[in-house]
Amino acid sequence: MKTLYDILDWPGTKWLFIVLALVMPLASLLTWAERRQSAMMQDRLGPNRANIGPVKIMGILHFVADAVKMIFKEDVIPANVHKGLFTLAPILALAPVLIAFCIIPFGPTIYPHVYTQTLDTYALATQPQNAMFADSIRLQMFQVDFGLIFYFAVLTLANYGGTIAGWASYNKWALLGGLRSSSQMMSYEVAMGMALMGAFLVTGSLEPGFIASHGASDSMSGSNPLNWLWLWQPVGLILFFTAAIAETKRAPFDIPEGEPEIIGYFVEYSGMRWGIFFLAEFIEIVFISSVIATVFFGGWQVPFLDADGFRVGGYVDQVNHISVGGWFRPLPHAIVTGLQFAAFGLKVILLCWFQLMIRWTLPRFRADQLMHLGWKLLLPLSLANIMVTALIKLLFMGGS
Amino acid sequence: MSASHHEEETHDMGLKVLSTSTIHPRVRTVQVSRPEAQDTTFLAATAKGLGVTLKHFARNLFLPMKKLAKRNAAGAPTDETWRNEIETVQYPEEKVTYPERFRGLHRLTLREDGNVRCVACMCCPTVCPAHCITIIPAETDDKGIEKKPAIFEIDELRCVVCGLCVEACPCDAIRMDTGMHARPVEDRADAIETRETMMGRGVRSIAVQGGEGPDWRAHGHEVTKTDVNR
Repeated sequence: MKTLYDILDWPGTKWLFIVLALVMPLASLLTWAERRQSAMMQDRLGPNRANIGPVKIMGILHFVADAVKMIFKEDVIPANVHKGLFTLAPILALAPVLIAFCIIPFGPTIYPHVYTQTLDTYALATQPQNAMFADSIRLQMFQVDFGLIFYFAVLTLANYGGTIAGWASYNKWALLGGLRSSSQMMSYEVAMGMALMGAFLVTGSLEPGFIASHGASDSMSGSNPLNWLWLWQPVGLILFFTAAIAETKRAPFDIPEGEPEIIGYFVEYSGMRWGIFFLAEFIEIVFISSVIATVFFGGWQVPFLDADGFRVGGYVDQVNHISVGGWFRPLPHAIVTGLQFAAFGLKVILLCWFQLMIRWTLPRFRADQLMHLGWKLLLPLSLANIMVTALIKLLFMGGS
Repeated sequence: MSASHHEEETHDMGLKVLSTSTIHPRVRTVQVSRPEAQDTTFLAATAKGLGVTLKHFARNLFLPMKKLAKRNAAGAPTDETWRNEIETVQYPEEKVTYPERFRGLHRLTLREDGNVRCVACMCCPTVCPAHCITIIPAETDDKGIEKKPAIFEIDELRCVVCGLCVEACPCDAIRMDTGMHARPVEDRADAIETRETMMGRGVRSIAVQGGEGPDWRAHGHEVTKTDVNR
């Protein structure tokens, strides 16, 4: 018997919710935010005029105008292109990014029967089969132990989009862009995976939901910002962030596109086909932000907000199951989950903003400098990071 | 070139001179030696750059418009320290003042009785490099000037805004000092300026001109050097 809760807990519902209600609007807004933010950084105003009648809201409707324009633009397919692959390439670029979102925990587990009460964490730990914890909704589509490996595997497929687009376009510049795209992806995938390896060692898990809810150490609450991995893996964070920006193929790593020289693998695309490549790029920004927020910044955790309320300095007594010491303010389950869901969104938006800051601050690399940075700096540093982390874990944190 | 001179250049430019040409002392083989950290890790420079852009972004996002300070010029002087640095001119609402000699849309100046000053001498269509001026002359009862333009049209799509017509006019009848742009049109025919629209922008000119119409002399106007020269 399918109940409403079963439907809500179905991964498809969650996917529709996160992709259609959160990711696509955020990515579309980023197309406007990027232009507006870059303008503000350069003492300009940026696009601020799109409006529907008197509704203007700082020109936020530009993304609607852009979408309408791209959908109604002429769809030019040049002669000599490989029509099948030419059509397939935008889908290949977009689909993996959307699929990869299934490992992201965008909120805590919701227990719908107790949403008005403060969550009894002791009862949840000892008797999870209790009726009041039934029909729980986990705000993560795909909870598997190999979560982050799955993300690497899937996002590598997105590379085929660019490469195939470059090959199918029957254009030398597009082909060059496609080749550059694949070489850049291959170089930086390695450093990217290695940079996250330290985080795996610290937490002992590849499951982003587990990393977000537990943090680095079991001796602290997962909601303590000192327990988030940015403090435990600072080198890993910088290396992963650098490699991740390279993955999005945006400046300063925009070698595959290279607007001033080769335009890139989508030079022959027009209208909404090009728009899909563009959108995939921005969705990738959102995704990278989600991964960094989840792994390094506590995911959906609000600082000092435990599952039953705000707790600063205290702990839960193991015998009497009451909050001891510090300052404790119990909150209903609904408010806690709402705050945590909002915190995840805020972290993602802030990280997106920071990526845009970097994109509009740094000049682009040359292709050889890019390879130099990837192979000679990021990779050795990430390997050293793994070794040092493993040594510290072995010597000071009791191994295992 | 002495060896000590080489040492100085090594310090100044991070260049190590390996050998110098015997033919010309400026032709040298050099080795570039920049600090390795500067080339490989970009962290310090990135942080510095982010600081600069962040300062501009925050300032422009949170502080009020600089132009508001300018608009308030009539009131109390406003402090520009806490204004942002945005230089954008929002065109249809705000316009920059053009220089005085800006050449805009044409106008046909008027006599004192409101008639067009043009005497259809055909100087301007002759000198026009774009052949955008069409004048069809007609006779006039005024024996002093004999002709007037029955049709005076300028195709603004062909006009190259060179101003030669104004230079050529002996009567101060055509000017380009309106400060207006050619307006956007949907039909090419709409871009043709007629005698009436250009006279609609007209002003009276007091330059010397023959003819029987109401005369500038009748109003006791003293002849100045400027008037005569025009």
